[in-house]
Amino acid sequence: MSDTKETTGLSRRQFLKGSGAAAAATALGTAAAPGALAAQAPAAQPVPGMGPAGVKITLQVNGRKMSSTVEPRVTLLDALRNYLDVTGCKRVCDRGTCGACTVLLDNKPVYACSMLALEAQGKEIRTAESLVQGAKLDAVPAAFVRFDAQQCGFCTPGFVVAMKAVLEQNPKATPAEVEKGLAGNICRCGTYEQMRDAIYSLCNTKRGS
Amino acid sequence: MKDIDYAAPKTIAEACAILNEKGDKARCLAGGTDIIVQVREHRRDIDVLVDIKHIPQVNALNYDPSKGLTIGAAVPCYRIYEHKEIARAYPGLIDAAALIGGIQIQSRASLGGNLCNASPAGDTIPPLIALEATCVIVGAGAMREVPVEKFCTAPGKTMLGRGEMLVQLKLPPPKPRSGAAYLRFIPRNEMDIAVVGAGVAVLLDDSKQRCSAARIALAAVAPTPLLVLEAGAALVDGALGDALIDKAASLAQAAAKPISDMRGTAEYRKHLVGVLVKRTLNIAIQRARTG
Ligand SMILES: Cc1cc2nc3c(=O)[nH]c(=O)nc-3n(C[C@H](O)[C@H](O)[C@H](O)COP(=O)(O)OP(=O)(O)OC[C@H]3O[C@@H](n4cnc5c(N)ncnc54)[C@H](O)[C@@H]3O)c2cc1C
Ligand code: FES
Ligand code: FES
Repeated sequence: MSDTKETTGLSRRQFLKGSGAAAAATALGTAAAPGALAAQAPAAQPVPGMGPAGVKITLQVNGRKMSSTVEPRVTLLDALRNYLDVTGCKRVCDRGTCGACTVLLDNKPVYACSMLALEAQGKEIRTAESLVQGAKLDAVPAAFVRFDAQQCGFCTPGFVVAMKAVLEQNPKATPAEVEKGLAGNICRCGTYEQMRDAIYSLCNTKRGS
Repeated sequence: MKDIDYAAPKTIAEACAILNEKGDKARCLAGGTDIIVQVREHRRDIDVLVDIKHIPQVNALNYDPSKGLTIGAAVPCYRIYEHKEIARAYPGLIDAAALIGGIQIQSRASLGGNLCNASPAGDTIPPLIALEATCVIVGAGAMREVPVEKFCTAPGKTMLGRGEMLVQLKLPPPKPRSGAAYLRFIPRNEMDIAVVGAGVAVLLDDSKQRCSAARIALAAVAPTPLLVLEAGAALVDGALGDALIDKAASLAQAAAKPISDMRGTAEYRKHLVGVLVKRTLNIAIQRARTG
């Protein structure tokens, strides 16, 4: 246990001391009777505080188990990019407003920049890399290539992952569903026209219909 | 980001013990869509994030047509609007849950987090108030239940005391001939903060031509979300029609105390209150008549 952990963090030892005192107070009858919901739980068990030093984590990324040691403050995005070398998800705004970091977490699109890596343990994570099997591109990125739906391409991994989620939910997604599914992604280059073409081809609908 | 601790308690008692020990230096972590950005941008100085998503009661979503709806404080929006029975029973709540952020935000963001973040513009708060939702709060020694309209006390501040957390939101079952709606005005379709939001709920009598109860709540026009009791009460005396709806809307306008900022001037916000209250009332009445 490092010094930092003892002084700035919620170390296991500090916590044990705290909850021990609380338990003793209850035993002596000095604490108020707990309310219904509070009483359902046994007297507080020590919860291991993690960090701020590194914590060993294992994440399930694109079907593979990957382990590393990260501080609790490290976001899922930074863990993927900087610790696990999974760089498909991009860091652009880093505050949950652009969609470049979109990954699927148990099949739901989320911003990897807006959650901690620790929170993603035990969940299935899929990034844009999961849309390439060997030399074979998934239909979504393939349509983006065919319709030239990117300029700088920085937003593209986020868009294709978000679009994948739309199609997994409904392979015949309606324009309204597509719009809702992609509303959380922004393309700074403004390649929306070509993206529309790619997306309409994926949904087998004509533009304007 | 500042170096922080992370704790993932499995019971309410464990979570409250940490919150009590650390006071202001600990914050709950639900969906994280507000708190993670706030910690990273040094808008909240904390030492520990208490991830409450492993606590069963905080993650549970239960609907029973006779008992009502219980929403665990950390349940993400998508679970609420993807639940067919809940979506049918509480369309006014779904209006708000389905418009927060974009799909990625809805995969994580919770109603509990929206409420505890206590933004005057929180979109789910007016419909929760209109639908008479209550907050179940647990602290180290006790549990209390308070109406949602009492929960926020100032921008970013709530009535939660040291060691307390929000565990659940409870909504009464929808009555026959009742309807609710929420609308907000923003300059773009998504991913922005409400300039004004209005959430209303109405209960019609047997004739469906008169209102026997109504509640009107507003967002982004005061330091906290606002319940305008007199505007709801005005709907109760007389045949429902444009005149009565106009009267309720002007009472709501009179109660609104907006500020001017980059999203709109105070006058503009007052004007929007009138427009949105009329529109939401018409939708809610329609839902009550047909639902
Ligand atoms: C791109 C983007 C778009 C957004 N769009 C909207 C929008 O359209 N409308 C809107 O209203 N908001 C919006 N938000 C804000 C945010 O997503 C919502 O407020 C959301 O509901 C917060 O929920 P959460 O579960 O993520 O909360 P968190 O970030 O986990 O928590 C929010 C706050 O509440 C506290 N807290 C959480 N749960 C509890 C609890 N059980 N007990 C005590 N304290 C608790 C936390 O400590 C924190 O201070 C947006 C945010 C982003 C990044
Ligand atoms: S980098 Fe995550 S949303 Fe922009
Ligand atoms: S192609 Fe450059 S941001 Fe979209």
